[in-house]
Amino acid sequence: MTITESAPAAHVGSRRLRKEDPALLTGEAKFIDDLDLPGAVWVGVVRSTEAHAKIVGIDGSAALAIDGVTEVLSGDDLAPLWGEGALPCAWPVTPDMKNPPHLPVARGTAKYVGDAVAVVLADSRYAAADGAAAVVVDYEPLDAVVEIEDAVADGAALVHPDLESNECYTWGLWGDNAAAVDAAFAEATHVVTERYVQQRLIPAPMEPRGCAAVPSPAGGELTLYSATQIPHILKVMTSVVLGIGENKLRVVAPSVGGGFGCKLNVYAEEILCCALAQQRGAPVRWTESRAEAAVSTIQGRGQVQHIELAADSEGRLQAVRVKLLADMGAYLQLVTPGVPLLGGFLYHGCYHIPNYIFECKAVFTNRVPTDAYRGAGRPEATYAIERAMDSLAVAVGVAPEEIRSRNFIKAEDFPYESPPGLVFDSGDYHAVLDKAVSLANVAGRRAQAAQRRAAGSSKRIGVGFSSYVEMCGLAPSRVLASLAYGAGGWEAATVRISPTCKVQVVTGSTPHGQGHETCWSMIVADKLGIDPDDVEVLHSDTAISPTGLDTYGSRSLSVGGTAVFMATDKVIDKARSIAAHQLEANEDDLEFSGGVFRVRGTPEAEVPLAGVAFAAFTAHDLPDGMEPNLEAHVTYDPPNFTFPNGTHIAVVEVDTDTGNVDLIDYVAVDDCGVQINPLIVEGQVHGGILQGAAQALYEDAVYNSDGQLVTANLADYLVPSAVEAPRYRLENHVSPSPTNPMGVKGVGEAGTIASAPAVMNAVVDALRDLGVSNLEMPASPQTVWKAISQAQGGAS
Amino acid sequence: MIPAAFDYKVAESVEHAISLLTEHGDEAKLLAGGHSLIPMMRFRLATPGVLVDVGRLDDLRYIRRSNGTVAIGALTRHSELEHSAELAQACPMLSSVAALVGDPAVRHRGTLGGTIAHADPASDLPAAVLALGATIVAQGPSGRREIAATDFFTGYFESVLADDEMITEVRVPATGGGWNYQKFNRRAQDWAIVGVAVADGGAGVSLVNMGSTPLRASGVEAALASGASAADAAAVAAEGLEPPTDLNADSDYRSHLAQVLTQRALNAAGVA
Amino acid sequence: MTSVTLTVNGTERSFEVEPRTLLVHALRDDLGLTGTNVGCDSSSCGACTVLVDGESAKACTMFTVQADGAEITTIEGIANADGTLHPMQQAFHEKHALQCGYCTPGMVMAAISLVEEYPGLDEDGVRHGLEGNLCRCTGYQNIVDAVLQAAGTGGD
Repeated sequence: MTITESAPAAHVGSRRLRKEDPALLTGEAKFIDDLDLPGAVWVGVVRSTEAHAKIVGIDGSAALAIDGVTEVLSGDDLAPLWGEGALPCAWPVTPDMKNPPHLPVARGTAKYVGDAVAVVLADSRYAAADGAAAVVVDYEPLDAVVEIEDAVADGAALVHPDLESNECYTWGLWGDNAAAVDAAFAEATHVVTERYVQQRLIPAPMEPRGCAAVPSPAGGELTLYSATQIPHILKVMTSVVLGIGENKLRVVAPSVGGGFGCKLNVYAEEILCCALAQQRGAPVRWTESRAEAAVSTIQGRGQVQHIELAADSEGRLQAVRVKLLADMGAYLQLVTPGVPLLGGFLYHGCYHIPNYIFECKAVFTNRVPTDAYRGAGRPEATYAIERAMDSLAVAVGVAPEEIRSRNFIKAEDFPYESPPGLVFDSGDYHAVLDKAVSLANVAGRRAQAAQRRAAGSSKRIGVGFSSYVEMCGLAPSRVLASLAYGAGGWEAATVRISPTCKVQVVTGSTPHGQGHETCWSMIVADKLGIDPDDVEVLHSDTAISPTGLDTYGSRSLSVGGTAVFMATDKVIDKARSIAAHQLEANEDDLEFSGGVFRVRGTPEAEVPLAGVAFAAFTAHDLPDGMEPNLEAHVTYDPPNFTFPNGTHIAVVEVDTDTGNVDLIDYVAVDDCGVQINPLIVEGQVHGGILQGAAQALYEDAVYNSDGQLVTANLADYLVPSAVEAPRYRLENHVSPSPTNPMGVKGVGEAGTIASAPAVMNAVVDALRDLGVSNLEMPASPQTVWKAISQAQGGAS
Repeated sequence: MIPAAFDYKVAESVEHAISLLTEHGDEAKLLAGGHSLIPMMRFRLATPGVLVDVGRLDDLRYIRRSNGTVAIGALTRHSELEHSAELAQACPMLSSVAALVGDPAVRHRGTLGGTIAHADPASDLPAAVLALGATIVAQGPSGRREIAATDFFTGYFESVLADDEMITEVRVPATGGGWNYQKFNRRAQDWAIVGVAVADGGAGVSLVNMGSTPLRASGVEAALASGASAADAAAVAAEGLEPPTDLNADSDYRSHLAQVLTQRALNAAGVA
Repeated sequence: MTSVTLTVNGTERSFEVEPRTLLVHALRDDLGLTGTNVGCDSSSCGACTVLVDGESAKACTMFTVQADGAEITTIEGIANADGTLHPMQQAFHEKHALQCGYCTPGMVMAAISLVEEYPGLDEDGVRHGLEGNLCRCTGYQNIVDAVLQAAGTGGD
């Protein structure tokens, strides 16, 4: 790596306001449904109303009678468009993993409510909706398997009868350690055994999905616009599925209204619109309704977790054993099978544990596929270990902070090799915990809780902890190879300095709310000694940013930002050579600071970057053999993951008369490494906390026994509002990551990973003296009230 | 999602609206603020052939106090109830309950007549007018009639209103006694899982979402009338009822909530 | 088709719509004002909030014909003539009250109406006043702070 003497940071670390905002605040930003595409064919998708059924017939006659409806196409009609091509799964986690063919539009059998069974083409948005509503599908219902544990029960109905089982794969970690784990359990003083359910969640970004494929009139090129997090990956996959040359395909993500993982995929509608546009030579578009989103966009979580802890008499952990049942849904989407694996590395949490064993069995059910949702595997892991740690604290008879403190990996042990073989980069978990305990005034809250209990108050106070470590910066490509992931984990960046010394940054990351433009500008501006407003950041269009691996897994800053950092260094190196030539000095004698190259010890011998940039542009007098212009490209493959960590403390007030839970305080101390822009970091933490707290208290994708999703709109699926949200109080602890030159770690998922167990532990803490020792999520008023009633001997 | 197509008729007067209803029969629905109807139409749970828009009948937007009664035009919006100084003085419960309906945008469009006609057992205002002992004035082809709120609601989204009738006015007594409204839900914007309205020091008590209609808690009222304490009266709040089971609450939990909330409402209304 | 005349952001616009055309679709598809977004089907999310005769309304829960003759203000119509942001927009910018920005136009319009309707709002009042506008990114705290800031400076 090149070392440069950059100026002291002027912008990095400041609360700089976002350059993304004005377009979004004025309505100027263009989201997918805002695109004006005259002559576009509108697609309406007819979706299965049955969880599992033979498609006996599709009658489009009523639809075709509607003004504006031009065609009704079944899966059979459409099959020639994709031939054998099916929607891709890029993560075959085991060689024998079952991956049933997943057609964009089903043929023969519908496997879940929401499965596309036919398509209506129309000349308007309204006609497409009318047409889709008018298609009559004759179903012959088949037995459906809805719940995870039912899928592995004897005699279970089969989602894919030809597979002869609902099992997708079994994947384990450290299986040869089983004997040591068994021995540790045999010798343990305290054993905690818990079962937790990770309910399915609907990601629900405020913008539903949508896409539009636009063919070029002459050249056979196709442009796919999509509300996606991954234009680069989508381009490769679309090319493979449909056999369109990558040179003929361009993918553009316009402004994207949130993703949270659910737009990290290759969806049926994207393939469908491309195939139809190519065939028809006309633009073809589709916009998802919210009700459709609930049954056609992936859902998150969906696991049954069995976790066992073995500890000595003082509560020091000796072993952790985890068995997971993970719900894939009816088919595998892009990274469906890999999500539980990401958690598999982290069920030991922030704790030093000599013996660890993890096994995941993945199953098919007749429900919409699961896939990555904010945190993807890591919130589930953190939930299980952090809930179980509270149970251990009770068993040992110590406070939750004490049981954590006794088991934390120590600051002096970093870099720390974790049980499954990851190398944790940096951290001081004890310092973080202490800060959080102090900020939350845990002692004061406990006194308040005791007072309420003593007074027999129906308003109980509970304090809940969650300490987490997660893995970000996905990912070293070689590690991904060892996990059988179908791509690398690098990121690309190009930095160009124009003749007038403005800077263009091209990033392979694809922002959808994270503020890349602002942060990348700050990084580059500091290095070059210029104003961030003089930096332009280009992204999200494969014609402009042809190389990239996009945005997910809190990877943008630690991988994509590092690529930008390194590309800037590379440009500075070139500028230095030119400056040395201009100043007739030795390169090694130049210092670069505040945007000016100076000869050390000869202050009057200087040239500003602008002078170098213009000289590079005119190319009239460059060093021999040097190419004109200031431009550099870097593809950065991280040597390791990064490991953000933190402790969150939730305080709840539980109304024992109604079961209602109010989140009355929330404290978060996070170590996401060096912060580029604390304003943006805080925003990420706020939103992340609420998403996790929402899993704890509000959100649940509820299916009835017939496999019908009964929370298919935002009236029934309870995305919380400002009223339900707490006021967050944040502090941070910075232990720079040694993995990358900026020392950054990532923060996009931290809040969500930490908050659900903190909130649930708080609710249980409030009710423990009433005999409540466990609660399933979401802790709805009814759930809480029933748990209290049951613990009190059935009295209501 | 997109509503199915319909014919649209603007009513120029109440009489015109009624003649349009008469002409189109059960094909037709009245459209006032639309905040109950339009979401149902978007999900195609309602597909009326004709919408008769009464939303422009501005002479039905009023709040008038005379003697001991407040007369409220059927097209009066929730936000107008909420902000009316006259109503706040004469019948504070009604303006307070109006302020708890939906969110501000919903209150700007939703109307009192519309929400009563919709007869949703989970709505706030129907229960409030029930507790207040309101009189609902309806007009049909054969003229006007006055219906006691206690006689108005007949079933799930059903009332005594004929297909060719519309509500023109709601009359509530100016009440001096203690009052309170308890609305229990998981998210502030949602319908009540259970609600309890107490009017006039406990003389009128009604329940939200405890059956197929908004309900008078007659057992509670009777107990109070015979001198029972708030706690004892509240204990019978769910007696004889068959509250619904849904995502948020089963029947048992609803019955329990009704008791807890009734006691809270009575206490807050000054009933010991 | 029915002909309607709306005054949108101060300009009178007459056009033909199907009676079932939701106001939000008329604004977006017929008038090209795509700043107002659609986020749900159930009047739950508020992404489509505009001002109708000065008061917030969910444009997905209104037929365009109901707005015939009304004055509509959308997110495109609130910045000052010189291009500077409305104080509410400015407050959202300064408080980092938006991330992906999809809920933002509706949130800003709801907030403008809110501070007009309820003078002297406190935090609880802002939170309740925005209960019909969902945001998935921010956790709301910065939105609440932005609205309080704008309310403190007189809203508009």
